[in-house]
Amino acid sequence: MRRAGIAALALAFGLAGCGAPAAGESSTITVFAAASLTESFTSLGKQFEDAHRGTTVKFNFAGSSALATQINQGAPADVFASAAPTNMAAVTSAVSPVTFVKNQLVIATAKGNPKQITGLADLTRPGLKVALCAPEVPCGAAAGTAVEAAGVELTPVTLEQDVKAALAKVKLGEVDAALVYRTDAAAAAAALDAVEFPESATAINEYPIAVLKGAANPAGAQEFVDYVRSADGLRVLTAAGFQAP
Amino acid sequence: MTRQRVPVALLVPAIGGLIFLILPLAGLLWRTPWSTLLQRLTEPAVAAALKLSLLTASLATLLCLVLGVPLAWLLARVVFPGRRLVRALITVPLVLPPVVGGIALLLALGRRGLLGGWLDETFGVSLPFTTAGVVVAEAFVALPFLVISVEGALRGADTRYEEAAATLGASRWTTFTHVTLPLVAPGIAAGGVLCWARALGEFGATITFAGNYPGITQTMPLAVYQTMESGDLDGAVVLSLILLAVSVTILAALRDRWLAAP
Repeated sequence: MRRAGIAALALAFGLAGCGAPAAGESSTITVFAAASLTESFTSLGKQFEDAHRGTTVKFNFAGSSALATQINQGAPADVFASAAPTNMAAVTSAVSPVTFVKNQLVIATAKGNPKQITGLADLTRPGLKVALCAPEVPCGAAAGTAVEAAGVELTPVTLEQDVKAALAKVKLGEVDAALVYRTDAAAAAAALDAVEFPESATAINEYPIAVLKGAANPAGAQEFVDYVRSADGLRVLTAAGFQAP
Repeated sequence: MTRQRVPVALLVPAIGGLIFLILPLAGLLWRTPWSTLLQRLTEPAVAAALKLSLLTASLATLLCLVLGVPLAWLLARVVFPGRRLVRALITVPLVLPPVVGGIALLLALGRRGLLGGWLDETFGVSLPFTTAGVVVAEAFVALPFLVISVEGALRGADTRYEEAAATLGASRWTTFTHVTLPLVAPGIAAGGVLCWARALGEFGATITFAGNYPGITQTMPLAVYQTMESGDLDGAVVLSLILLAVSVTILAALRDRWLAAP
């Protein structure tokens, strides 16, 4: 018992020391990226690691606004990739952000689209349950713009904290439809159907990426950003359903 | 207790532990925008979330009392096969990450769930995205706190009174209502308070099972998270402070009176 306690204590102190980068060159790049980039950035990270032996890319995927808050509160990040320019603008340490992809909304439905949803107007049908992202997060802001452009009055049953959570509610069958990014719907194509709708053109999300001031590994961070913006990077991103900037 | 020399080897980590628990709360107070506090408190969204939180936590506690006191009695007073397993199962929500609890609830009571599918098809009742769903999520997470407290109280209570009542001809039900319940009332109250405080702070199971919609399922913890997500740190701090103040007040007021009882 006592030995376990000492071990736990030692572990706690050991972990506390881990946050500091090793002296000299650091071979880890810490990337904070929007939840909607999960699949494409994970594979981009693997490719980058293959091309740069000895380098590890660590990801923190979450809603862009949560990431922006974490970074502003001092979370150790080298690169920030946001799903919206507003969240990037909120990060005071971002160095000259550039748009690297664009994304568009689709309506995610259960496989086979059992409720026969063809457009935003169908989502107002009584008894139909719809999940949207909260207006505070980029996918929710985009959803708001699209719904307004369609001129429909839409009452969702829940406002989810990020696009993945909204998608999960459709996968579970708890809601009949959710407004999600085309890329998220594509990543879940085995379980879901995606319905395109014209008003999504009014709410295209631009994704900016930037190296952060005070990055532990600025050179690596810049290399990663360059890689994301390279032809190879764009190929992975467009295959996931993103549009070129 | 008399004053005694405390070994440094105990004192230092004890103080460390205290600081570890208090420092984050101090951080919250340090960042509180006192000047705009009142104005933020009266914002309708905050009031709605607080009202919903108080209502659902109270209903969840009520539900826990109705289900949990008999369950605790069963565990403390009746010997039956598999009692240890039952007790272990009851404590599972204590250690389960609340999000996992939320997923489990969805798979059981959701529209496509084990029981929820039947409820939906037969009665048109669907718990997710309703205030009732919030109560269910909170009760699921808080019930073990009540059962464990009440079971402890029952085990600590002198059974001779119950035996005397039984010898005098009281039925088991009469003994329970007239002797056992008054005997362990402080324990039940303590368990109820813990249960209520836990329900008030519930986040993971609620957002996973009941969703997040202002006025219907958005409780204070969810409002805190959403405010934080929107980059409004000051707003999140204020909401956190309200939640903290409510919890600490209740816990402090009741702990000395009831939690110290066996």
